[in-house]
Amino acid sequence: MRFYEHESKALFARQGLPLGKSGLARSGDEARRIAAEIGAPVVLKSQVLSGGRMKAGAVKFADTPDAAAKAFDAILPIVVNGQRAESVLVEEKSPIAQEYYVGVTWDGRRKRPVLIFSDMGGIDIEEVAEQHPDHVSKTHVSTLLPFTPRLAKEAVGATGVTGPELNRLTPIAAALVEVFLRYDLTLAEINPLARLDDGRFVVLDGHVDMEAEAREIHRKLLEEIGIRPEETRQARPPTDFEIRGAQVDAADHRGVAGNVVEFDGNLGLVIGAGGGSLTLFDAVRQQGGRPANYCEIGGNPSVQKACELTKLVLSKPGVEKIAVMMNVVSNTRVDIVARGVVKGCVESGRDPAETIAIFRIPGSWEDEGFKILKKYGVEYCDRSVSMYEAAGKAVAKLSAGGTT
Amino acid sequence: MAGMFIDVKVDAKIASDPEAAKKLVEVCPVSIFAQENGGGLRIVAENLDECVLCDLCIEAVAKGGVEVIRLYDR
Repeated sequence: MRFYEHESKALFARQGLPLGKSGLARSGDEARRIAAEIGAPVVLKSQVLSGGRMKAGAVKFADTPDAAAKAFDAILPIVVNGQRAESVLVEEKSPIAQEYYVGVTWDGRRKRPVLIFSDMGGIDIEEVAEQHPDHVSKTHVSTLLPFTPRLAKEAVGATGVTGPELNRLTPIAAALVEVFLRYDLTLAEINPLARLDDGRFVVLDGHVDMEAEAREIHRKLLEEIGIRPEETRQARPPTDFEIRGAQVDAADHRGVAGNVVEFDGNLGLVIGAGGGSLTLFDAVRQQGGRPANYCEIGGNPSVQKACELTKLVLSKPGVEKIAVMMNVVSNTRVDIVARGVVKGCVESGRDPAETIAIFRIPGSWEDEGFKILKKYGVEYCDRSVSMYEAAGKAVAKLSAGGTT
Repeated sequence: MAGMFIDVKVDAKIASDPEAAKKLVEVCPVSIFAQENGGGLRIVAENLDECVLCDLCIEAVAKGGVEVIRLYDR
């Protein structure tokens, strides 16, 4: 779940990271007022959940409050990677001597957070790592043991930074690690972190991604920052389809039937089970299919919930058939999901036998589930058919109709 | 009114017995039963298909008092 820049900075402020004076403007008048309060030249930045703002012209500088109001009006309509901002961050312009990069993210291979530091900030860190590897350090940290500033010092020092800069950068890097660990983030990034002409350090730009599953734990924090529960905060704004998917999940506490992501294919997916969603989505694509959506079901959703998710997927224009597939389930009942998807087809005015390309959910109560599917003429299979093969069967049904 | 997959038949004597009705309301995990003002039993039709076939209702009353019918078995 991605935070806007101003929200990331609000989180950084809680950990004492150094920030410039700023305010969030929703109108030209507000931009003028904030610039006047700052009393110095300002930079105005479009608040979108995407990079590429500078290239798109959505970052502008203003020397006076009136110029700030004009810059606001120029920035707001600019679409950055398909996103239009609702607000603009007005921040004091800083005289920069040098830019650095500090980031903490999750190293999936090592299964640990990793602190990344570079004394070449302001540009893409991947590019720096490729072209100037000696200017990038990677330091893994523990999620179990307390984090010590010594590790931060090693990370900064590994790029050749010494003296007062090393001493000033160390607590900043350490604070960023603390933010990452405390708030269950998957990314905490400052780029650039600027050393000003007077020697002070200031966070110029920052980004934060929070683990979606941690939303409930940090509900109070999110409320305080102003992130509403219905905001999915993915890399792009949610589509209507995705918003309705979140509503389906939220409407019933039983199980999970949500995390819906929209794609432009013709095969609707009702998939899940302990990583099964990702595996099955990939399997459909490897088999040459075009998924209409991604979703996750599990934890024994109610019949109603599975039904509503099915109806939602079938309501998407272009969806010809759905594939209902999971890994072997133990805590989700096959018969309950079978009832839900069959009911969803019927309530959508569709014949389940024609609509469900394949039902591949083996496991708990499968015999009961298979009776239901047999009654409605739906093709189903048990665990002797792999997920990959099941995906192939679904795709083949669409291919047979000449639609893939 | 039956559900799409499940129907529940309750003996008239059980349905009109407030104590039996109370028991059925208590045991059903998916709220298929409701009690009208502490009196007779009402079947909540929209919850019928949520039945998890736990048989708790069957065991809560005298034998034959409640029958859970799998409509897809017919």
